[in-house]
Order: sequence, then structure tokens, then C-alpha cells
Amino acid sequence: MIRIISILVGAFFSLALLWSFGNGAASFIKEPPAATAEALFHQHPKHYSFSSDSAFGTFDKQQLQRGFKVYKEVCAACHALKQVAFRDLKAIGYNDDEVKAVAKGFQIPVYNPATGEVNTRDGLPTDHFPPVVYAGQGNPPDLSLITKARHGGAAYVASLLTGYAEQEGYKNEKGQELLKLFPDAKTPDGLYFNPYFANLNIAMPAPIASDDQVTYTDGTKATVDQMAQDVSAFLTWTAEPKLDKRKQTGWAVLGFLLFATTLAYMAYRNIWAGKKGH
Amino acid sequence: MSFPWANEYKPANALTQWLDEKLPLPRFVYNAVGAGYPVPRNLNYAWNFGVLAGFCLMLQIVTGVILAMHYAANADVAFNSVEHIMRDVNWGWMLRYAHANGASAFFVVVYAHIFRGFFYGSYKAPREMIWLLGVVIFLLMMATAFMGYVLPWGQMSFWGAKVITGLFGAIPLVGEPIQIWLLGGYAPDNAALNRFFSLHFLLPFVIAAVVILHIWALHIPGSSNPTGVEVKTESDTVPFHPYYTAKDGFGLGVFLLGYCTMLFFFPNALGHPDNYIPANAMSTPAHIVPEWYFWPFYAILRAFTSDFFIIPAKLMGVLAMFSAILVWFFLPWLDRSPVRSGHFRPVFKKFYLALVIDVLVLGYCGGAPAAEPYVMISQIASIYYFAHFLIILPIVSAIERPEALPFSITEAVLGKDESATLAPAAAH
Repeated sequence: MIRIISILVGAFFSLALLWSFGNGAASFIKEPPAATAEALFHQHPKHYSFSSDSAFGTFDKQQLQRGFKVYKEVCAACHALKQVAFRDLKAIGYNDDEVKAVAKGFQIPVYNPATGEVNTRDGLPTDHFPPVVYAGQGNPPDLSLITKARHGGAAYVASLLTGYAEQEGYKNEKGQELLKLFPDAKTPDGLYFNPYFANLNIAMPAPIASDDQVTYTDGTKATVDQMAQDVSAFLTWTAEPKLDKRKQTGWAVLGFLLFATTLAYMAYRNIWAGKKGH
Repeated sequence: MSFPWANEYKPANALTQWLDEKLPLPRFVYNAVGAGYPVPRNLNYAWNFGVLAGFCLMLQIVTGVILAMHYAANADVAFNSVEHIMRDVNWGWMLRYAHANGASAFFVVVYAHIFRGFFYGSYKAPREMIWLLGVVIFLLMMATAFMGYVLPWGQMSFWGAKVITGLFGAIPLVGEPIQIWLLGGYAPDNAALNRFFSLHFLLPFVIAAVVILHIWALHIPGSSNPTGVEVKTESDTVPFHPYYTAKDGFGLGVFLLGYCTMLFFFPNALGHPDNYIPANAMSTPAHIVPEWYFWPFYAILRAFTSDFFIIPAKLMGVLAMFSAILVWFFLPWLDRSPVRSGHFRPVFKKFYLALVIDVLVLGYCGGAPAAEPYVMISQIASIYYFAHFLIILPIVSAIERPEALPFSITEAVLGKDESATLAPAAAH
């Protein structure tokens, strides 16, 4: 009896699935899904290597400071960094006075409940980076976690920053020309063509447009590519400030576990020694 | 409740003797997971996963309770409070990654535990109750994990909550009121977040209670073993302690090596990047996917794309998704083969392998975008999934001719004792 009921239930689900499969297959044959501009022309991030990538790698503080400079002078005009406090900057090599000076350069909104007015005051090391009011088109995301919030992480950010291209005559690696295959995919006014962006058109104009846009003080040549990598490294740090400590702890933990597991294995073999088959 | 040759607890000193008379807790532990529990001597490494699952539950409760001291279940601040844990709480980043990856580790060992049960027929008489309680634990785990994933209040949290509660909306007539009642509103918001937090804190303790029943039910017939032959004599068993505590200790070390590698070096590999974007009701992610451990069931849900007679596709998918787990409750009565272990079942063995591959395919499709060819593949794979449990197992167990079983566990481990057999053994 159970057998008959179970076979009937199984047949019910199988038939419903076959019906779905048949309908799906029929429409797949009748109208094969059309290729989209995004599927053919969206680029995976370029291969960048950062000093913090490998299991032993740590942040390059010099690079993080350069990246912070790029953030402050370029990105901060539109993008906030609200998860990060000024005091956190000590972790990338600034001393107390420098942190105070950085904080002072930002204005923190203060609401005065007595008068109802909103004023501003100079930032303090304990403040977080203030919100950025943006009146233009689009919605600039907060950058605190951006490298963890996008597939590809820092390499994606660097690729996006350097990936702006002329749409006219743009070809992918197969030699297909975008506007010939998809004349409708022309980037609308107010948006900018960037094949590293998911739908190819981004509201942000190329923020790092020319070499030496930011003046580096450590002698590094401020090429567009260098600035893009530096700010991406900085944003890796803002997203995961405990990265170095995490890996350092990890090696200590794995070392201990390897030792303890070896001991546990020897204890296991020892205890089972008298029992054949183990 | 145990074999007659089980070691008896003897209090070692006056204090434990006093305690044994008033509240025999040491005796209870001794009989449950100590030298007083005789266990088949031939258990292989597949039997390590029960203890590991218990360890994961403890790990999740300890890390979770500490995280709850710093987390704020309010839609305005939940996301930021998680970042506060990551940045400003001492070792908060480690606690959070331990908890998030601990959920994945828990599912890894529980899936291994379940598939060990599938292969060795652990659900068969006299162990049906252990199995039924195990399925209850699995369902509770799924509910707990789902609600936990909502708490960081990222994009996947929000949209996952919307999709999963939306499943109840597929129920005819009362679906929509039920969905609104579950969420405490028309969309996930503060009310939903708060109740999910409350339940996410409660359910692990319910799981712990059912785990106790699960182990209690286990101690009545005793552990199964890879041959599926029941324990007959004392030589078939060894005391749990020190034999299996030692083996489980080694297993725990291997498990921790893998788990800590994920925790410290790839802590976000199993998560979705979109969950680092704060929840936004006005922006739908391109692909809403649950965590990896739900992918096989998510694939079954999405495999139903056409209405079936009067049943809407969505309702069909919801029914199938829940049935995919509920069918496990009936397993002891679907697989009627008297032979437990898959080792001695030549036909079953092949279908078992097909099931393992099938579930992996379903998992892959469940994580992929809802587009062709993944939908068609998951339709075929879902057919096999239901056919396996509901059609193939009942038929195979009726017609299959199993191979000869060893006489006893001792014989399986030490070989046949020729001098003890009455008739001369047939020439090999």
C-alpha cells in the first residue's frame, strides 16, 4: 500500500516536472534566448596583484596612504566612507597629530536642538567620515565596504576606474563590435561607457582622468593606473581593516591545530593498537 | 538500554559517590558518551560526523550568544552594528566570521551525516526514531540558518526574507494574510527583523533539546555500523571511551583545520558580496540566491515553471521543495530491504551514487541564475530526486538480491574463524 502511494506521489511530481521541462524546452527551441550586449561585452576584472592578496601578504602602508590621498582628493567629493573613523587611520601609519589634522579637514553636521539649526563643526579623531550630500545624477554608494560588496573586489574597483573606453568602434576580445551588433546599446546622455560595469553604462564620469591628478609626496609616479591601484588597496583596507591581524592569527591557529591533530592521531593509533583492522 | 556487558560506572571517591546518590549526572555522562556505552568496533570515519555536528551546534551557540551582546536588531542600525562588531569589538571580526562560516561548517558535517545514513541504511528498524528526530533537527537548522542570514540586514538578507516568506504567499486563499502575519507587515522591516532575531536566538536551544532526544533514541538500539549486522557479542564492541573519543578527537582536529582555513583565509568565500550592501527595498539584486546549503532545494523550487492542471507553478514549486525534505520522514518505510548497509546491495549502490551526483547537480543549478540551461537541468535532476526516493527505492528494495552478509561484526573485522565453523568452509 505504502509502495503504491509513494509511486503515485513520485509520478505526480515527475509529471509536473516533465510538463515544465517540455514547455521550457519548446520555448527554448522556438525562441532561443537572444544574446545581450551585457553578456557579450561585459568584461571580467583585469588581473591586478595587491600586496595583501596572498595568505602571507600584508598591507603596504605606503600604498594605503597614497590611496587615502586619492580618496580624499578625488572620491570624497561624491562618495562617503561612513564605517571608517578618523582614528582608524592610525592603523595605516598616521600619527595622532596627522589624524587630528585629517579630521579637522572634514566638517561634521551638528543639530542644535535648542535652535533647530543644523551647523557644522570640525571633525575629531573619534568621528566617522561624514555623509556626503550629492545633488547630481545617480546614487554614489558608500565606499567603506565596496571591495567586499562587489565580485572581484579590489581588482574590480581598479578595473572600473581604468576601464572607461570610447564606445564608438569598441570591440570585445572576439573582435565583435558593440554598436554594430547592438545599435540600441548606445550609451544614453549623462551616462558613461565602461565595459567593466555590469550593464556597461555607469553614471560616474571617469574620476581619474590624467596622470598627476593627485600629487604624491613619496616619489611614486602618479599614473592613472597607479592611482587606481592605490585607491583600490586603500578601499580593501577600509572594508577589512583587520585583514593583517586575521591572517597572522590564522597561521598561529593552524600551526597549533596541526600540532594538536598530530598528537590526537598518535593517541588514536596508540589506543586502537590492540584492535586489528585499525 | 544498553548491552549486558557494558562497563558499570563506579564512583572513584567520596565526592562522586555522594553525587551519584543524589544526582547521578556523572553516571549519565559515563553511560552516554563514556566507557559505559559499548559501540561497534568497526565504525569508519563516516561515523565521525555526528560528534562534529554536536560540536558545531555548541560553537554556533557560544559565538552567537557573544555576538548578540553587540548586535542591534533594529532595521536602522542592524547593518552598522555588524560593522561595529567587525571593526570596534575586540576580536569581533573573528567571532562573526566564526559564526558565519560555522553555519556552513555545520551544514557540511550534517549533510555528510545524512548521506552516511542514506548509504548505510541508518534509518531502518530499529533506528527509525533516531532518523525521524534527525530530520526534525535538519528542518530546525534550516529555519535557524535562514533567519540568521537575515540579521546582518544586507541586500541578500532583505531579499532572501522577502522571497522565502513569499513562498507562503503561494498557499491558496490564505497565503497572502499568512505572509503578512509572518512578516508583521507588507515587506520585511523592523517587525520581521526583530522576530527573526528572537527566533534565531531561541531555535538553537530547541535544536539542542532535540539533539538530546536524538542521542537518547540512539542509545536504545546502540549505534549502527558499516556492515549493518547487529551487535551479537561483547567482542563486536569497544567502549565509546577511550576508543571513539580518541577517534573523534582526531576527526575534530581534521575538521578544525579545514574550518579555520576558511575562517581566517577565505571568510567571505561562501557568502554573497551583495550582503555587504545595506538592505534597500527600492533596489532588487540581479540574482537573489540563498546560501549554498539551500541551493539543491532552491533548484527544486525553481524547477516548476508551468502550471500543472489547476495547480499554479509557484504552489507546485513550494509543495515540491518542502516534500523534498518531508520525503525523508518516510524513508524507513520506503526502503524495505532488510539489508541495511549499501555495501551489500549492488543495485542500490549504483542508485545511491546517482543520488549524490544528482544533489550536487541540483546544488550547482540552485546557485546559478534562473536561466537556461540551468532550469532544464534542474528539472531533470528534480525528477531523479523524487523518483529516487518515491519510485526507485521501493522497487529496488523489493527486487534486489543482496550479497552475503558477514556472520558478525567481529568476523567482518578479524576474518572468519575456520576452526570454529562446524562444516568445512567451501573452497575459495
